[in-house]
Amino acid sequence: MKNELNNHQNYIKQYHFKKRLIRVEQIFLLFFLLGMWEFSSRVGWLNAFIFSSPSRIISCAFHMAVDGTLFTHIGTTILETILSFLIVTVIGILAAVILWMFRSLSEVLEPYLVMLNSLPKSALAPVLIVWLGNNMKTIIVAAVSVAIFGSIITLYASFREVDQDKLKLIRILGGTRLQAMTKVLLPGSIPVIISNMKVNIGLCLVGVIIGEFLASKQGLGYLIIYGSQVFKMDWVMMSIVILCIVAMCLYQFVNLLEKSYIKRIR
Amino acid sequence: MNCLEIKNINYSYQTLEAETLALQNISFTVQEGEFVSIVGPSGCGKSTLLNLICGLAKADTGEILLNGTKLTQTSAHIGYMLQKDHLFEWRTVYSNVTLGLELKHHLNENEKEKVQKMLDTYGLSAFSDSRPSQLSGGMRQRAALIRTLVMEPDLLLLDEPFSALDYQTRLEVCDDVHKILKEQKKTALLVTHDLSEAISMSDKIIVLSKRPGHIKSVLEIHFDNSLSPLQRRNAQEFPSYFNIIWKELMDYEK
Ligand SMILES: Nc1ncnc2c1ncn2[C@@H]1O[C@H](COP(=O)(O)OP(=O)(O)O)[C@@H](O)[C@H]1O
Ligand SMILES: [Mg+2]
Repeated sequence: MKNELNNHQNYIKQYHFKKRLIRVEQIFLLFFLLGMWEFSSRVGWLNAFIFSSPSRIISCAFHMAVDGTLFTHIGTTILETILSFLIVTVIGILAAVILWMFRSLSEVLEPYLVMLNSLPKSALAPVLIVWLGNNMKTIIVAAVSVAIFGSIITLYASFREVDQDKLKLIRILGGTRLQAMTKVLLPGSIPVIISNMKVNIGLCLVGVIIGEFLASKQGLGYLIIYGSQVFKMDWVMMSIVILCIVAMCLYQFVNLLEKSYIKRIR
Repeated sequence: MNCLEIKNINYSYQTLEAETLALQNISFTVQEGEFVSIVGPSGCGKSTLLNLICGLAKADTGEILLNGTKLTQTSAHIGYMLQKDHLFEWRTVYSNVTLGLELKHHLNENEKEKVQKMLDTYGLSAFSDSRPSQLSGGMRQRAALIRTLVMEPDLLLLDEPFSALDYQTRLEVCDDVHKILKEQKKTALLVTHDLSEAISMSDKIIVLSKRPGHIKSVLEIHFDNSLSPLQRRNAQEFPSYFNIIWKELMDYEK
């Protein structure tokens, strides 16, 4: 008995040790790559004017943080991403629910949805600029268009997989189709809805950056396109690095949402 | 008094490939307080028959009378227990049990008290706030039964409600359910392909042929009234009932 306990404690110790080792290796890899980048540009293997370098990026970020422009750009991109993400989430669920409630409507609309989903959305961007102007509205609509159709199709497909017997149960107990939706469909689909949100937050960021490339005066996408035009590669590389961090944070945000849901259901 | 009366039911499924006759000329009655089982090979139309009775589908010909009135749509007087318990994992045991009342907007103080009492009686009150996954197989089935019974149906339909359980739990739940239904003086119609289960629980057994299902024979079952289903299995009459029904079913295998 004593021995078994020790075995188990050992197992747990080893498990945590392994996890920590992986984390240390990941951090080490990051610093190694950054170090190589810095070193290569210092000794001249890389042209720092074209490839920039970690130190140049940090000093560039510091200068822009001091005059506040950095935060305007980051804030704009995050705001646009979250707005379009919320719109995609709400409209996506709403549309999928409506398709589920009205079977014949979904049959009529299906080929259109498939076509819109496979259309490269960047092709729409110039049209949107003409229609909506050179502003945030265009960017948000562009981002929404990137994610919305796939979201509707994914959600609707999973709605159709809902256990028919559970729906039958609602009918037997005297419930309506509307009640089947609120009592079975939606609560049963929360895991799918959350995993769809994870996809959408990434797609919205892609859409926002495409939109900012074409129609904006601020945001990280603007900074990248403008920086490359005036050959300020420090701006470009800095924006890309920040974009990596932003993308990770947004994803983690949805992840937290999922964790809190799982905790609640336990 | 007749609780349920089935008269000359015919039903066929329509698909693009074919028309499948599932039920042919079905007629029988179920008396008030009686426990009737329908046995037959799988695919013979047992579930179809229950769907017709509870109004989820409409028969091509014939009629179904409940307490003397013709049934046309789903009725609150009929309870239906499906093969699986279908307790919703996103609800607590209590809110699963009250689902029917909630759908009908009948969940008042009076009903809540009644539900509480039933949970007490059937040993689930300690699990009111638990998730269904924390219940054992037998408890889940009991919860599903309470969910049906709080709607106070006149007739209870059971579609192989024990087939998803392992053998031991199954015997236990049979006893449980039988006891509960007798206590509540419910009329029940059980569908199963398990002969022993049917014999151990019923007052009357209807044998269906394979598809298209029609009634092969009807057999009254008599045991000492005080016996539970499990005790019936050990009673001396049991094997002879088993043999009779077994032969009826085998006739149709040929
Ligand atoms: N939706 C359907 N469409 C076509 N045929 C069906 C459908 N449902 C059941 N059937 C056919 O009707 C017969 C009876 O089915 P069912 O009542 O489920 O049988 P049981 O419950 O006795 O196993 C089966 O042979 C099956 O193939
Ligand atoms: Mg069946």
